[in-house]
Amino acid sequence: MAETKTVAPKQSGLERFWNWLTETQAWTSIFRHGRPTTDRNRVLVMLSNVFLHLHPVRIRKSGVKLRYTWCMGGMSFFLFLSLTLTGLLLMFYYRPTLEYAYTDIVGLREHVPLGIMREMHRWGAHAMVITVWLHMFRVFMTGSYKPPREFNWSVGVVMLVLTLLLSFTGYLLPWDQLAIWAITVGSNMARATPFLGHEGPGASLLRLGDVPLIHAQDDARFALLGGTFVGEAALLRFYVLHCVGLPLGIAVLMAVHFWRVRKDGGISGPL
Amino acid sequence: MAFIKILFNAVADPRLFFLLAVAGLALVVWKREHVASNTIGYGGLGILGAFFVFGTFDPYFRLIVTKPDNVPIVGLIFMLVFFVWFSIREGVLNDRRIAAGQGPIEKAEADRVWVWPDLVYTELISLILCSVILIVWSIFLKAPLEQPANPANTPNPSKAPWYFLGLQEMLVYFDPWLAGVVLPSLIIVGLICIPYIDKNPKGNGYYTFTERRAEITIFLFGFAVLWSSLIVLGTFLRGPNWNFFGPFEFWDIHKLAALNNVNLSEYVWVRTLRTGLPSNWFIREIFGIILVLFYILALPVILAKAWFKGYYEKMGGPRYYVGAFLFLMMMALPIKMLARWLFNLKYIVSIGEYFFNI
Repeated sequence: MAETKTVAPKQSGLERFWNWLTETQAWTSIFRHGRPTTDRNRVLVMLSNVFLHLHPVRIRKSGVKLRYTWCMGGMSFFLFLSLTLTGLLLMFYYRPTLEYAYTDIVGLREHVPLGIMREMHRWGAHAMVITVWLHMFRVFMTGSYKPPREFNWSVGVVMLVLTLLLSFTGYLLPWDQLAIWAITVGSNMARATPFLGHEGPGASLLRLGDVPLIHAQDDARFALLGGTFVGEAALLRFYVLHCVGLPLGIAVLMAVHFWRVRKDGGISGPL
Repeated sequence: MAFIKILFNAVADPRLFFLLAVAGLALVVWKREHVASNTIGYGGLGILGAFFVFGTFDPYFRLIVTKPDNVPIVGLIFMLVFFVWFSIREGVLNDRRIAAGQGPIEKAEADRVWVWPDLVYTELISLILCSVILIVWSIFLKAPLEQPANPANTPNPSKAPWYFLGLQEMLVYFDPWLAGVVLPSLIIVGLICIPYIDKNPKGNGYYTFTERRAEITIFLFGFAVLWSSLIVLGTFLRGPNWNFFGPFEFWDIHKLAALNNVNLSEYVWVRTLRTGLPSNWFIREIFGIILVLFYILALPVILAKAWFKGYYEKMGGPRYYVGAFLFLMMMALPIKMLARWLFNLKYIVSIGEYFFNI
C-alpha cells in the first residue's frame, strides 16, 4: 500500500510574509481575530473595531447599492473629516486679526510650493453643502424620514443648518473683499429680526419710556458681529465659531445621527 | 448665433425663467413615464452640457460661469438635474413593479449581506474617488482671493455666499425681516415638521411616485423650483444693482430697470377710491391687513372644507393646520412674485412706521 503524501500548496513570498505578519505578537495584539474571510471573523471584525462598529454586521442588500443610497451621506461625513484635517493644517498658518488675516492667506498662496490645502478646504466645503442637500433629497425621495426615523430627520435638518453656518463663518476668514461683503450682506438680515433687530418690526415697541431697549448697539446683528459692522470682533467671533463651536456641535449631532440610524433599524427599506 | 444668444437672454428673464421652471416640473411629474427613459435623462444632461460648452465661447458667459466660487454651482445644476431625473426614474420603475404585484425592487433586495466586505469596500472606493476628485479640483482651480477687505469700497453687486442667494433673491419680493429672518426660519421649522405632518404610511424606504404624489410634487417645487432655481438665478443672472442680466449679456453697471412699484394701499385709496392716503396707518392699510389675515387664518379653514377636504380628514386638525400654514407660507413667494410681475405690486401691507412691510 503506497503512502499518500500531502503536498502543501505553493505560497508566494508575499503570502508567506502576510502569514508571518498576521501571526506576530504585535499584529495579534491589535487585531483579535483572523482575516475576515470566514463568517465568524466577518462578525468579529465589525464588533472589535471602534471605527467599524458604527456599522452593523450585516445589512440589507439594497443598502449597499449606489442606486439606492447615492452614497451622499457617507460622502458628507468624509468631506467633514477631510475639512477637519485641512482646517487643522490651515490653523497653523492663519491668525484671525485685521493685521495678519489677509496677509497670512496671501502667504499660503505665494510661499507654499504646490500648496492646495486652502483649495481643498474651500472646494470641500462647497462640495459638502451640495452632498448634504442631495443626501436629504435622497432621504426624502425614498420616504426614509417616515416612522420610526422622524427624529433622525429632524437631527439631520439641524445638521444642515450647522453645515451652512460653518460654511458661512468660514467665508469671512480670508478677509478679502469677497469675504467681508458677503458676510455684510448676510448679517444685515439680522438687524431686521422681528423685535430683536433695530430695524425689525416691533423693535420700536420694546422701550422703557423714552429709552429704546433695542438699538444698533445691542440688537441681534450686534450679537452676531460683536459690533455694528463687520470688523475685528466679527472676525474673531466667526473664527472661534468656525474652528471650535460649530464643529463641536455638529460632531455631537453626527454621533446622535449615526447612532439613531442603527437604533431605528439600520438603513431604511420597505417594511 | 447672435439670435440664439438673444433668445437665451430673453428666456432667462426671471418671469419666464420661473414660469419655465414650474412648467418643467409639471411636465416631469405629468409625463414621468416618458421622463423615466434613459434617452430623456442622458439626452437632457447632454443638451445642458452642450449649452454650457456653447456658452463658454461667449466672453460674458465665461466670465460669470468660471468665477471660482461659481464653479460648484455649475456642478450643482448638473447633479440636480441628474438626481431629480434619477429619483423619478427609480420611482416609476418601482411603480411599474408594484402595479405588477412584485413590490418595489428594494423589497426584493431585503436579504442581508455582510458589511465586510460588501459595504466597507464600497465606502473605501467612494472615499478614494472623492479624494481624487477633490485633489484634482484643487490643483486645477485656485481658491479665489480678491483685494484686501475695505469697508469703504462696496462692490456692486454685493452677493452673499452662493447657498444663500435664493434668500437674497427673495429680497426682491420681500423685506429683510421676511426674506432674511422669518421665511428661512420657517424653512427650517417646515423641514423638521415634514415627518410629523406626513401621515402617509406608504413609500417608506423605497422609491415611488404614485404612492406619494402630493408629497413629492410639493417637495420638488420647494427644493428644485424655489430653492435651487432661485440660487441659479441669483448667481448667474443677477448683476450690478441686482438687476437682471441674461447669460450672454454684459454686466453694465448703468443698466436701468424701470421701478414703478405700487403699494396695495395706493391701488385702493388713490387709484380706485380717488382720494388721498389716510394719515392713520391702520385705516390706510386695513385692506392689506384683512387680505393677509384672510390668507393666514381663513384660507386654511376654507380649503379644509373645499379642495383639501380629503387631506383634512386624513391628517386630522392639528396636522392639517400646521401643514396648511407652512404650505401657504411657501406659496407666499410665488404669489408675491406673480403680483409683482402682473400688477407691479410692492407691498400688500406697508407700515413703514414700524418696519412692518409685507
